[in-house]
Amino acid sequence: MPFREDQISRYSRHIILKEVGGRGQEKLLGAKVLVIGAGGLGSPVAMYLAAAGVGTIGLVDMDVVDVSNLQRQIMHSEKTIGMPKVLSGARTLERMNPDVRVIPIQDRLTAENAMDMFSDYDVIVDGSDNFGTRYIVNDAAFFLQKTLVSGSILRFEGQVTVLEGHTDAPCYRCLYPEAPPPGLVPSCSEAGVLGVLAGTIGTLQAAEVVKKILGIGHLLTGQLLLYDALAMSFRKLRVPKNPSCPLCGPAPTITSVSGSSEWVCQIPAP
Amino acid sequence: MAVTVRIPTPLRKLTGNQSEIREEGGTIREVLKNLEVHYPGIGERLTDESGELRRFINIYVNEEDIRFQDGLDTKIKLGDEVSIIPAIAGGAE
Repeated sequence: MPFREDQISRYSRHIILKEVGGRGQEKLLGAKVLVIGAGGLGSPVAMYLAAAGVGTIGLVDMDVVDVSNLQRQIMHSEKTIGMPKVLSGARTLERMNPDVRVIPIQDRLTAENAMDMFSDYDVIVDGSDNFGTRYIVNDAAFFLQKTLVSGSILRFEGQVTVLEGHTDAPCYRCLYPEAPPPGLVPSCSEAGVLGVLAGTIGTLQAAEVVKKILGIGHLLTGQLLLYDALAMSFRKLRVPKNPSCPLCGPAPTITSVSGSSEWVCQIPAP
Repeated sequence: MAVTVRIPTPLRKLTGNQSEIREEGGTIREVLKNLEVHYPGIGERLTDESGELRRFINIYVNEEDIRFQDGLDTKIKLGDEVSIIPAIAGGAE
């Protein structure tokens, strides 16, 4: 499909990069990315993907915009308080780039609907706020053989990794075999989060998505990137595939998506 | 032998806000024991009742996860850096 004049202008800074070019830009326009969570991480992810011309962006979130979100969830604004986040987000993205088709899904991701929701997308991005959802996202992405770009934030620290358990790379269960039990952990609103941290981690996730679509560079597959905003330090750790992983190991005991997404934003208690 | 232990922000309340601690020990198990002596309460955040590493906490020696080495018995040598990495889930809320 040839570019329109306005697209050549819009994407010119991409097109002149030899690693992207017209062909890469076409890949971006043809790509379908599902973003789980239209909040702190989902905002920068979806906005940069929209600006980059990713043709189809699905947004999954059941919440409505609250004033306490605006400290970090830059896709939303004072004017969209009370609106479903996925609609507020869709409005922002469509205004940024009319080439992008946004699919708002105002629903809770569950073990029952995850496979259907994911099946039409090329890449899945996890920016959710609870462990239950993270395991469901991981398992559904694994069964559908989709690349999962995972990011999480808390207080002053963030983590990013790319999970491809359907290959010889690890999945989320290889990295963290179990979620913390609900009793052991305070809520996110108690623990707090530095607003700009969402931008840093979400933008790193967006970079991994774009590289995956373009097939360029090295992804954080098999690696965990840690960012400490207070120390202003980045570190990469190796994440091996767990040979006894119950999901992606050679003798799996998990053979379908299950579990609950109800536990909200948990961390080991300080 | 002393090694540097990096403390993640959720646990720094227990270490008087220190992000790095020098601690003695020849294995991770010994280092954790000494951590608990100096910073009471940190042990139960990291290990369960039977003394095993909790499954949502990873401990790395340099860039390697000890679960894929000798677990808590992983030996450490001078200059190694030990990192405690908890699972975190924040993002959308």
